[in-house]
Amino acid sequence: MSMPALKLEKSSPAKMAQAPAAQVVKMPARQRPALAEKIVPFLKSAAANIIPPVVVIALLVGLWQILCSAPGAALPPPSSIIQNSWELIAHPFYDRGGLDKGLFWHILASLQRVAVGYSLAAVAGVGLGVLIGQSTWAMRGLDPLFQVLRTVPPLAWLPLSLAAFRDGQPAAVFVIFITAIWPIIINTAVGIRNIPQDYRNVAAVLRLNPLEFFTKIMIPAAAPYIFTGLRIGIGLSWLAIIAAEMLIGGVGIGFFIWDAWNSSLIGDIIVALIYVGITGFILDRVIAAIGAFVTRGTAAA
Amino acid sequence: MGAYLKLDHIDKTFTRGSASTNVLKEVTLDIDKGEYVSIIGHSGCGKSTLLNIVAGLTSATTGGVILDGREVNSPGPDRAVVFQNHSLLPWLTVYDNVRLAVDKVFSGTRSRAERHDWTLHNLDLVQMGHAKDKRPSEISGGMKQRVGIARALAMEPKVLLLDEPFGALDALTRAHLQDSVMQIHATLGNTILMITHDVDEAVLLSDRIVMMTNGPSAYVGEVLEVNLPRPRKRLDLVTNATYLKAREAVLKFLHERHRFVEAA
Repeated sequence: MSMPALKLEKSSPAKMAQAPAAQVVKMPARQRPALAEKIVPFLKSAAANIIPPVVVIALLVGLWQILCSAPGAALPPPSSIIQNSWELIAHPFYDRGGLDKGLFWHILASLQRVAVGYSLAAVAGVGLGVLIGQSTWAMRGLDPLFQVLRTVPPLAWLPLSLAAFRDGQPAAVFVIFITAIWPIIINTAVGIRNIPQDYRNVAAVLRLNPLEFFTKIMIPAAAPYIFTGLRIGIGLSWLAIIAAEMLIGGVGIGFFIWDAWNSSLIGDIIVALIYVGITGFILDRVIAAIGAFVTRGTAAA
Repeated sequence: MGAYLKLDHIDKTFTRGSASTNVLKEVTLDIDKGEYVSIIGHSGCGKSTLLNIVAGLTSATTGGVILDGREVNSPGPDRAVVFQNHSLLPWLTVYDNVRLAVDKVFSGTRSRAERHDWTLHNLDLVQMGHAKDKRPSEISGGMKQRVGIARALAMEPKVLLLDEPFGALDALTRAHLQDSVMQIHATLGNTILMITHDVDEAVLLSDRIVMMTNGPSAYVGEVLEVNLPRPRKRLDLVTNATYLKAREAVLKFLHERHRFVEAA
């Protein structure tokens, strides 16, 4: 109890004597807690988000290592994958011509096919979705057809597509297109049908013409739905391209996996799967981020 | 035939399959230029349908609306509507919501700079100039309704149609907005047709109150002239005999002669 009182008595003459010095001392004293206040919560939240997945992954890899280390195990343990497929892991960018390329080039080739097929699907899907969302007759006519066609598995289209295009490349692009388009059509149509009557009334009072209604009311109002469809579509595209490439051949991550299987390089397959998973994750996040940016303010009324 | 806005024998029947409901029957009403007319009635009496017919958003089964000597039967900016739930576009800022209307109505007649000034002028008129860069989700309900009014005023409509504009607001905010509307009406001399179910609001704001009977087949039961001098002051009217009498007349109409009979 008596300690603070003593301190006060001591400090008061010191303050009087050298006021500017006291101020200089105060400045860093203030900054230190402020900096710590910023960093500590940031580290805490980062730790809270990073530590759990790291622990889980470490445990799973450990389990995998133990289970597959037994003699006669069908699949290789992580340690031998790193040993045998090190070239693949360490050098994703090498290119020795033909099919002997790093994983980056295979992924890139697959992404290019997805980009073409998916872009076409996005444009056609939003267009058709607007049509069946806006017109009752178009919906009655097309909806049953769409509901049946969308259940056809992507690979079932491939033979037909190969027969029509007589070439692997456009056939693969078509499979992407036909896979991705259904969720885009259906979600766009739902979004258009859910445009509140109020917005339509506003458009009517302002006498917006059909083009203005489309760009100023319809697309922004339906954007959250459209992006839901686009996000499902990109996921399905990425699923379909791997399977399609296994059958078509050429450069591409799908055929790389098939080729590795034929060469019994199980380790290469596992490395490729990790690449495929991460790429799919990034694609999903990119579309989600674009959606969040474009529809900012749209969802909240 | 001198009426500025004439509702002429409006009948409205909704038909769904074989069932049909007659909502409005022989509604006739003449409104003069600069007049403030309220339509009051219990919910479900078809007053919103009537406003939608005037706005052109719904078509009358028989009869019609004549505005400034011309029949109107499709929506247009000459009959700007302030919707009950403000109906601002959430992806546009307050400024852009008003600007959309200004651009559409005055694209051929005013320059870009004039349209910009006109948008700001109308936002200032409802005291919303300070929030022009905010989105509707960032402002309060009363502010949204102010922006809705600014958007309607900015179209320079011949008639301003208010569809229960203050219905969703709390009492204090409502009073503020009523004062604003009275002030705007006094300054600009707009012709206003307002739907309401609030007796005090109707008496305070209107020159005439049109009382609708209960539906189905609602018709104009009575029209009350409110002979109170303007500008009207909310507080002074509390003890004003004319005000109290008008209030009593409307209440009697609504609660004695045309009591709302709840279904089951």
